[in-house]
Amino acid sequence: MGAVQLSDTLRESVVERLRADLGDDVLDVHLMSEVDVWVRVSVDAWRRAGQALRDQGFDYFCFLSAIDWMPSPYGRGEDDPSAEPAEDDPSASEIRQGYAGGESRFQLLARVNDIRRHVAVTLKADLVPDADGVMTAPSWIAVHAGANWHERETHEMFGIHFDGHPDLRNMYLPGDFEGFPLRKDFPLLARMVKPWPGIVDVEPMPAAADGGDES
Amino acid sequence: MTMLSERQQLSYIAAQAADARLNVELETEGMTLNIGPQHPATHGTLRIIARLDGEQVVWAEPVAGYMHRGYEKLTEVRTYPQVTALINRIDWLGSFANEVPFILAAEQLMEVEAPPRAQHIRTILFELSRIANVSLFLGDLGVQMGAVTPVFMAFRDREYVLNLIEGATGGRFHPNFDRIGGLKDDLPKGWIDETRQVMKKLRNFCDEIEDLLFGNEIFQSRTRGIGVIPAEVAKEYGLSGANLRASGVDWDLRRDQKLPLAYDKVDFRVWTHPDGDSWARCWIRLQEVREATKIVDQLIETIPAGPVMAKVPRIIKVPEGEAWVSTENPLGEMGYYVVSKGDLGPFRVKIRSASFNNISITPWVLKGVYVPDIITILASLYFILGDIDR
Repeated sequence: MGAVQLSDTLRESVVERLRADLGDDVLDVHLMSEVDVWVRVSVDAWRRAGQALRDQGFDYFCFLSAIDWMPSPYGRGEDDPSAEPAEDDPSASEIRQGYAGGESRFQLLARVNDIRRHVAVTLKADLVPDADGVMTAPSWIAVHAGANWHERETHEMFGIHFDGHPDLRNMYLPGDFEGFPLRKDFPLLARMVKPWPGIVDVEPMPAAADGGDES
Repeated sequence: MTMLSERQQLSYIAAQAADARLNVELETEGMTLNIGPQHPATHGTLRIIARLDGEQVVWAEPVAGYMHRGYEKLTEVRTYPQVTALINRIDWLGSFANEVPFILAAEQLMEVEAPPRAQHIRTILFELSRIANVSLFLGDLGVQMGAVTPVFMAFRDREYVLNLIEGATGGRFHPNFDRIGGLKDDLPKGWIDETRQVMKKLRNFCDEIEDLLFGNEIFQSRTRGIGVIPAEVAKEYGLSGANLRASGVDWDLRRDQKLPLAYDKVDFRVWTHPDGDSWARCWIRLQEVREATKIVDQLIETIPAGPVMAKVPRIIKVPEGEAWVSTENPLGEMGYYVVSKGDLGPFRVKIRSASFNNISITPWVLKGVYVPDIITILASLYFILGDIDR
């Protein structure tokens, strides 16, 4: 279909121009035909990437957040907390990043839209902790004023510091709260004290009952 | 006391007056006004700290977080079907609309598409939740400005819509009706006739509100030219929905993106307004309720036959991948960034709720306004607390 090809070439041209602006700081690109495009940039170029996209017309700020790619050491919290911990499975703790790859446990994630051309870009950046274990990224406030609250939230939930943000106060939690709730190694306490009653029974159903439409 | 000449007296008075003026200037202390956490204009518990100079706001800062429930963390320990029960409670006035983008994101990852009939009914319920949500806004608008009647009308007429939602889904507020691959159930008998009647009532309601409120002089003088947000600022803060369109930006996710919903089968107008003030935001919402009733009217006449559920495995495992789907919810753009690792539940869900962005503009827009306007501006920006804090 013509429209689909158009949006794909549009996405390609956006990435092409971003490459021209940022050079080697564009680390990886993942284009899913007809759906979306992911671009991973180096964290030093985070603000420049935002600005370059803004100059291209991506002036609608959608969101900014982060992902912790480490599988949760607590599993899905469905085990009986009093049970013995299961055998260590090395593949279960392997860090596997998603689209557009990555090298670090934490990744920044942001999305901006171009309202006139109906196209959006999802940006990612690897976050590497420094000697003190602090992860820092340049703030986007100068690019999109709306990033203010999103960066505050990300700082609070993931412990990522934003360089140039004037006021990284907590939004939700008390000021003296310790820990970063959305990191995977932060336990969900409700599951630690009591078994979850909503465990899905993954026993296979009798195949005859529904014609065997199990996957 | 020595007698003073007239001239001396005058200069004495002038000096005193100058002194008094100076004192007034020196003693003008800023005052900090705390609005909330509970205030009728906040629809929940949002606190606003405003630093005032006289009647004027120098600086204002909303304090959210009184209702943070940690849904992003909770989704990581739930299965996909269990997540819809949670996310129903984000924007609790239009709860069915919350389910749709999440389900669509999961379907996109699974490469499943709901059958046409399910897509159609989804769209109808989506628009009904918009009507239920925004009609309450229209009624509530009066309360912020001291008019009590519209809110009763809004509750009266919203009840008809909630009855429809309850009739179809079984739940007034939290339907939890959307499933990966379709819908839980088909529509009940007689529902379509009922809907036709209710849409007429809702259009009457819109006319009544327009007469009563939008034509009212007090309402106009309190909203016209107040809280103006230019298009550039609105986009930079990520304002969406009616707030963005009231600033003249012609963008509606129902029209401007390709999703497996039935919006391409109906004729509707996306309203914009060039002014960007409180009045424009309210007026756009009024038009949107009207437009939504027309969309529902068109859709109920053309529901295709067929099943409402695609063939999906009984135990839903979503393949590894990432998906972003956002829809034009009653409050604005609501989207879910779903990361799956091929498990029973999502690995990470980033919830992009409309009110979070919409209300983050308040420090900008409240600067320099007068105290009573804080309330009307907040009311016109329209937020649901659950949608800010998640």
